[in-house]
Amino acid sequence: MKRILKWAVLLGAVLTVPARAALDIVITEGVDAARPIAVVPFVWQGTGPVPSQISDVVASDLTRSGTFKPLDPRGLPQSGIASLAEFAPQQWSGINAEAAVVGTIKPYGPDQYLVTFDLIDLIKAQAGQGVQNKQELLLESRQTVITSAQFRQYGHRVSDIVYEKLTGIRGAFLTRIAYVLINHGDKVPYRLMIADYDGYNEQMLLRSPEPLMSPSWSPDGRRLAYVSFENRKAEIFVQDIYSQNRVKVSSFPGINGAPSFSPDGKTLAVTLSKDGQSEIYTIDIATKTTRRITNHYSIDTEPSWFPDGRSLLITSERGGRPQLYKVELDSGKLTRLTFDGEWNLGGSITPDGRHIVFVNRTNGKFNIARMDLETRFMQVLTSTRLDESPSVAPNGTMVIYGTTHQGRQVLAAVSMDGRFKARLPVGQGEVKSPSWSPFL
Amino acid sequence: MELNKLLKTLLVVAPIFALGACSSTDSASDASGSESGMDGGSYGGVETGSAAGMMTAEEQARMKQEQLRRENVIYFDFDRSEVSPQSEETLMAHGNYLVENPSVRILIEGHSDERGTPEYNVALGERRAKAVAKYLQSMGVQPSQMSIVSYGEEKPQDLSRTDEGFSMNRRAVLVY
Repeated sequence: MKRILKWAVLLGAVLTVPARAALDIVITEGVDAARPIAVVPFVWQGTGPVPSQISDVVASDLTRSGTFKPLDPRGLPQSGIASLAEFAPQQWSGINAEAAVVGTIKPYGPDQYLVTFDLIDLIKAQAGQGVQNKQELLLESRQTVITSAQFRQYGHRVSDIVYEKLTGIRGAFLTRIAYVLINHGDKVPYRLMIADYDGYNEQMLLRSPEPLMSPSWSPDGRRLAYVSFENRKAEIFVQDIYSQNRVKVSSFPGINGAPSFSPDGKTLAVTLSKDGQSEIYTIDIATKTTRRITNHYSIDTEPSWFPDGRSLLITSERGGRPQLYKVELDSGKLTRLTFDGEWNLGGSITPDGRHIVFVNRTNGKFNIARMDLETRFMQVLTSTRLDESPSVAPNGTMVIYGTTHQGRQVLAAVSMDGRFKARLPVGQGEVKSPSWSPFL
Repeated sequence: MELNKLLKTLLVVAPIFALGACSSTDSASDASGSESGMDGGSYGGVETGSAAGMMTAEEQARMKQEQLRRENVIYFDFDRSEVSPQSEETLMAHGNYLVENPSVRILIEGHSDERGTPEYNVALGERRAKAVAKYLQSMGVQPSQMSIVSYGEEKPQDLSRTDEGFSMNRRAVLVY
């Protein structure tokens, strides 16, 4: 029995190591614009080696946010400080950083650890004379008991708190991405995967000999809608990511595609071609009742919900070329939104409802773009090749998308202002159709 | 001496047999008769030639149709779904066969290259498959003989991501 367990653990290790390597981030642009911050390695107050270093997760999260640039911990004036009490402001006077994160990890019980951290205001500390009491430098202070399995997760939680305190924007570090992994040479080439937003804890939800497409999260982050060709035709399924329970929601003749959950999670907007051309419909997930939204002989597809749940953003070819339109569900009223460039398609709305993010084609090149819905100002964010499938982080700061790098399909990320750019290369196979989860 | 005479006779007779074999067969397997001709040519390093098989016009037409039907991929221009004039001959061969054999069913797969978005490409692939189905239907193929699936950009034939590769991927495939 012990031996079996040993093998299982070994197998587990073998299976997770390449999975982790599959999504290693390479920041290609934007480090210079990031704000310096000090993340001091958390002090381990137990015996033996530290189970896992939470501050590494925090530093890596803050780097990936594109907003912050953690300083090299070896160059920090103080190390091994556990809290604000041990912080010596005068030693930090020459350090160009706005804040410092310090913390401790301490054994607390069987497989339990007490983690504490303080976020220290370095700008105030460096201003000097105005500070009467050191407590005034404390921006945030927390302590929590976690298990060994929760180290990464709690690291993301610390990052969320630090990020929100310093930017005023909610952190999106405790989120996941869903994507399709393809190994064209395999007998069963198509895999639907989910992973933490940073690529860790990669898990397979479905493997199929036929294509899998367009994963899309439910608003509660529990279910994924996706397209599967497992029965040699396009069908839409909704799968619970925890129970693995799968429900076939749409299997009409022709296209069953582009599923997108309504903000209340009860309805899917989809593309169907059962009545002729590809048109937009809504499907009540519980009753399977369909309602036709568009009616035009050209292609209508890629519905995405406005945050109020009353309109959809869609791609339509009715003007001759694919462009983005807003369609009101009650009235059916249609408004064209994009006019710049040759094509604009595959759009979604930012969580604040103020911008749309989409694929723009200009001079034959496909890149990710953003448009302000009020001013109609469009900005092309990326300069990679064959960009597609943009998906916005739930806090609206970052877009993950599919692109082609050195002849292979990979995932990439770009900040909403276009300054930070990163690539998530794959070990084996091709990765496409990323979908960023809601806050979990 | 006797042997030599026999050999000489064989050299003359063998090609005639070959020719006969050729004209009597109605299969498309061997139009030139070169295989049997080579048998005759194996004596003393001599090679023989033969006339092309005498096929009726009908036989020739049927053979050509069979050859065309082996072509089951129709290619399209970028973002277009019209059947090109170059593809019409191939499609007509399939159409004729399907009209003559109403019990035969086909699946028409629509595909696109990887430019644009995956879901737009599914719609584009379906439009291509439908263009093929419409062409065949205009020849008299029954709609019940044809079904359609669009894979969009998900099943590329060529993974080079070059312009040539893209043109190989913009296709409809007729699957019997």
